[in-house]
Order: sequence, then structure tokens, then C-alpha cells
Amino acid sequence: MPAVLEIEGLRKTYKSRRRGTRNALDGFDMRVDAGQVHGFLGPNGSGKTTTLRTLLGLIRPDGGRMVLLGHEVPAALPTVAGQVGAIVESPQFFPHFSARDTLSLLAGAGEVPATRVDEVLELVGLRDRAGERVKTYSLGMKQRLAVASALLKKPKLLILDEPANGLDPGGIREMRTLMRNLAESGMTVVLSSHILGEIQLICDSVTIISLGRRVAFGPVDEVLAQHSSGAVRIRLEAVSDLPAATETLTRAGIRVTGHPDHLMLAGVDKPASVTRLLAEQNLYVSELAPIAVDLESVFLELTATAPVPGQHRQVDESMKVGGTGQPGPAGGGWGA
Amino acid sequence: MSLFRTELRRLTKRRFTRYMTLLGLLVLAAVVVGVFFTNQKIDAGQLAQAERQADQQYQEQVRWSEQERVNCEQAKAAGTANDGRFPDDCSVISPPPREEIQAEWFLPSTFNFRETFDETLIPFAAILALVGFVVGASFVGAEWSTGGMMNLLLWRPKRLTVLLTKLAALLTGILAVTLPAAVLWFAGFWAVATFRGSTEKVTSGVWQSFMLTGVRGVVLVLVLTTIGFALASLGRHTAMALGGVVAVMVVGQFGLGILLEMANVRWAEAWLLPTYVLAWMTKTVTLQDWNSCNATYYGSCEPATMDITWQQSSVLLSVGVVVILGAALWAMRRRDIS
Repeated sequence: MPAVLEIEGLRKTYKSRRRGTRNALDGFDMRVDAGQVHGFLGPNGSGKTTTLRTLLGLIRPDGGRMVLLGHEVPAALPTVAGQVGAIVESPQFFPHFSARDTLSLLAGAGEVPATRVDEVLELVGLRDRAGERVKTYSLGMKQRLAVASALLKKPKLLILDEPANGLDPGGIREMRTLMRNLAESGMTVVLSSHILGEIQLICDSVTIISLGRRVAFGPVDEVLAQHSSGAVRIRLEAVSDLPAATETLTRAGIRVTGHPDHLMLAGVDKPASVTRLLAEQNLYVSELAPIAVDLESVFLELTATAPVPGQHRQVDESMKVGGTGQPGPAGGGWGA
Repeated sequence: MSLFRTELRRLTKRRFTRYMTLLGLLVLAAVVVGVFFTNQKIDAGQLAQAERQADQQYQEQVRWSEQERVNCEQAKAAGTANDGRFPDDCSVISPPPREEIQAEWFLPSTFNFRETFDETLIPFAAILALVGFVVGASFVGAEWSTGGMMNLLLWRPKRLTVLLTKLAALLTGILAVTLPAAVLWFAGFWAVATFRGSTEKVTSGVWQSFMLTGVRGVVLVLVLTTIGFALASLGRHTAMALGGVVAVMVVGQFGLGILLEMANVRWAEAWLLPTYVLAWMTKTVTLQDWNSCNATYYGSCEPATMDITWQQSSVLLSVGVVVILGAALWAMRRRDIS
């Protein structure tokens, strides 16, 4: 599939006399293929919004290469802007205009037919409240309006930064369906979100960023598989057999953690080998369950942002690739 | 062109624009109505009455000065200590010449179009310039502070084009208000002069002079609108422009004025911006240095003078616009938008 969005070695440095130099983006890479719903994940302050702003020409990069829909940006932004719909960070609109006025003015500026305004208002569920001033809207309604503004120009690439922020559960589900429908219609969607369950449900692929660098990317299944620990939980017919089973499995080189009624095994390549080993010792398995990792645990592991009891993690305290003992990216190099 | 039309539509949709424009126009209307009701047409009877009152006052002055002269001589003859009430030479006590007491002092106020209309163009330009300044500042400042500018740049990524198109729409809007207002201003005061004063001796030359002053007024409105817009864009907030003006007026004008006064600086007013604005409208402002003496043929001193001309003002206004708008454009092009 052709790439709709490519970023290579993107760098952005902020210099401050008081706070010194901070690399918001430190050689960041990203690739999104056409027709995908792509999740863009990272802890607070990791560089997600900076990446999106840079990509959309709002921030000037200090280095690197960016390509949108086959055109190098920011030079070709005027050419591709009409095909890229985006909301960046929280939705911001002039509070005294109605939703219809807001969209109508954007449509006018972008030479989009006025009829499209009502179409997107219908699509995001704001049709009946379109005449009210934006300042009376809830956060969720503003979010819907932001999505409507991004959809206004029927983009080929839709970039949404935290689109579910402020939405009620029904709204989140609607947003999920909308994203899937848009992707099925051929639109590529880049979705930045902290609701990792949602990302796992609707995204085909993900990129995880930490401290301005990519720490994992690829199809969701692959990322999960590559960070699966091979953990397996087993129960035996008789609880009294657990010590013998522990001894047998340890001898076979499997790391075992005992629990009152079950054992947790780590480093198991083939679960079938466990049943065979135990059966040879007349120990019979009543339950064997591979422990599946989810995106949240992979995210917390990769970005080292899992909460630690008694500690208060500060923003920017997260994982950077390339350090000793730190995990590398889940995939290969640029474009893999 | 679509962006220009959209920005024009955005400008007119804003309530602040509507209310400020309405307020400015109401103030202008109040000035015209106020002048109308505080002036009267003078007839021959009122003129004759004024002449009589002037004569009467002259006679009173003659009687008073004669009485004072007599008192002076009596005091001198009695050898009373001169406490400064009378001069040494009592003969110098004399009434003022008759022509010094003018009949028009005793006339009600009347609006002479030829002599007075020029002055009315100064408040006209000042009020509309103020409206233009705050509307211009708010138009772009609110866009920055509410995220509207960022949204627009996601649609039209050419930053300078966007900012300059907004400015063009703003100036077009201001011009669309100012020009009809100017026509109404001329018409309004012509009506005031017709019904409450005089329209005599308004020659084509006078009209030409008024028109040129009017054009300078319109230019002043556009210049201050541009400066308000540029300052707010530079600070990315309406308050930047309004705060800047307060700072300039308080620190730059009152503060500087007091400092220059204390330092006894010659031509202190030449350092103050309102002098140049006034010179722009009146063509010339003549400053006087009362700490100097230019001897006259009659043995008296005249203060030295310095003229501030509208040409000098035009240079100052041009430099101001170029520097402030240039800085706003530079910042728009270079600064990150976050």
C-alpha cells in the first residue's frame, strides 16, 4: 500500500535561557499507509502534538523530512492542505459564532460548497444544535464540531488529535463507528488518543512515541505479539501437585512463579511443551491459558510510564529508545 | 478572492465590530446634533443688539478707566503709599480701543461652514480611528486567542496571504464605513450651517481644502486600524494592542511630556505623537518657545517658533506602519503556532 504520510528523522528543539535545550522531537520516524486507521500514541509531553503541528505547517522543524500524500511538506502544504482534514489538540473556535457559521466560514475560506456544511453537521450529530453559539457547547459537542470541521473538505487523510476527549460513552462508540466507516470509504485516519482500548479496537496499525522518538510501530497485532512475554497460567487437577510441577518446569528452564492455586510461567515458546512435560510426571493440567498482552500494557512498558506505588512520575519521565536495557522499536527501520 | 470574501463576512458577523461601529457612528451623530442645537442663525436684529452691547461695554470701560485715573491722581497727590494698585504714571490708564470690543462676543454661537468645518474633521477622524484601532485589534487578536487563526491556517497554509487578506478585508470594511460616514458628516454640517449658521464664501478652493483634510482623515483612520491589527497580531491577543496603546499614552506621552517639561527641553511637543497627528490633520502645528526672544520693530519679544508639517507627520506615520506591520508579518512567517 502506498504511504499517505511519511516522516523521517524529524527534529524539533526548543531553546530557553532558563530551561536550557529540550528536544521535543529527536529524530522521529512515522509511516501511515493508505486506507488505514493508524493510532498515534505517546505519554503527555512525548511529542505527539508537536509532530502533528509540524506536519501541518504550524511549527517549523529543525530537521527531517515529511511527506503528505506524496508531496514534501511544508513546501507543498498549499497543494495538499485541501486533502488533509485535521484537528490538533483541544477544539478551539470563536465562541460567539454558531456551529453553522463556524463551518460556513471555513467552507468559504476553503472553497468548499456550502451544502457540505449541513452534511457534516448531520454526520457528527450536531444538526439540531447547529444554530447555537459555540460557547454554549459542552466539550463533547465542541469535539464533534472539530471533527465536522476536519471532515468538511472530504479529506483523503484525516488527522484527529484526541477526538474522543469529552465525548460520552455513546459518542465514543459513534466516533469509533465513524472512523471505521471513513476508513472503509477509502479515507486514511490518523488518530491520536490516550484511550488505548479504543485504539486497539479500531486501529490497523500504531506508532508509539516517547521523548520525541519512535519506540514501536507496525500493525497492532504485530506490536502486541512482539511485546508478548510468553506468559502462561496453568492450574492442575490437584493443588497439592503444584510444588512437583514447579520443580519439573524449573528443571526444564521455564521461569515459574507460584500462587496458592495456580502457577504463572514465563518464557514459554510452545504451551504444548508444558502439558507434555507435566504429563510425563503424571501431573495433569486442568487449565492452560496464555496471558495476552493488551495495548495498554505494551504502551506502559515501552514508555516506562506505568505507575509505581509511592512514586509520582513527572511529565517527560518516560522511555527513550537506544538506552542500556531499554527495549528497541518493535519493527525495523524507516518504511518497514 | 474566496478568502477575502470570507474574511469580510467574518468581520461583519462579529458582534464587537457591529457594536463598536454603531457606537462610533452614534458619537459622530451626537456631535452633529449637539452642534446643531448649540448654534443659531444670526439675523440683523441680533447683530444690531450685539453692536449695542459692545458699545455699552466700551462706555463702561471708558467710565471705569476715567474713574481709576482720577483715583490714581488723588492717591499720588495725597502721597498715599503705592501698594502696586496704580502705575507710577497715571496717564497710562486709558480705556481699550473701541475696535477691541467685538460685537460677536455678544452673539450666540453660530456655525460658519467656511471657518469651522475644517476643525470638525479632527474629531471625525479621531473617533473613527479609535473604532478602527479596536476593531482591527479585536478582529485578529480574537482569532489568535480562540484558535481561529490556527484552524484557518490548516485550510490555507500560506501564512502571509492569510494575514494580509485579513488586513485587506478589515481595511475594506473600515473604508466602507468611513467613506459614507464622511459624506454624511459633510452633509450634516452643511445642514447645520444652513439652518444654524452660514454657508457663505464656501468657494471651490475651500471645498478642495476640506476634501484634502477629509482624505487625510480617512488615511489616518486606515493607518491606526492597520497599527491596531498589526500590534494584536504581533502579540497574538487583542490586549496586546490595547495594552500597547495604554502604555504608549501613559508612559510615552504623559510620562515623556512631564520628563521633557522638567528637563526644560526646547520644543518638547515635537517629541509627542499627538502633535504629529494634529499636524497631519491641520497641515501645520506651530510650536512656540517662550524662553526665547525674537525682537520686533516695536520693541517687544516674540517667541521662537517651529513648524511641524503634515509632510513630517506622513513620514512618521509611514515609518510606524512599515515597522509595526513589518514586525507582525515577520512574526507571522517565522514564529511557531501553538
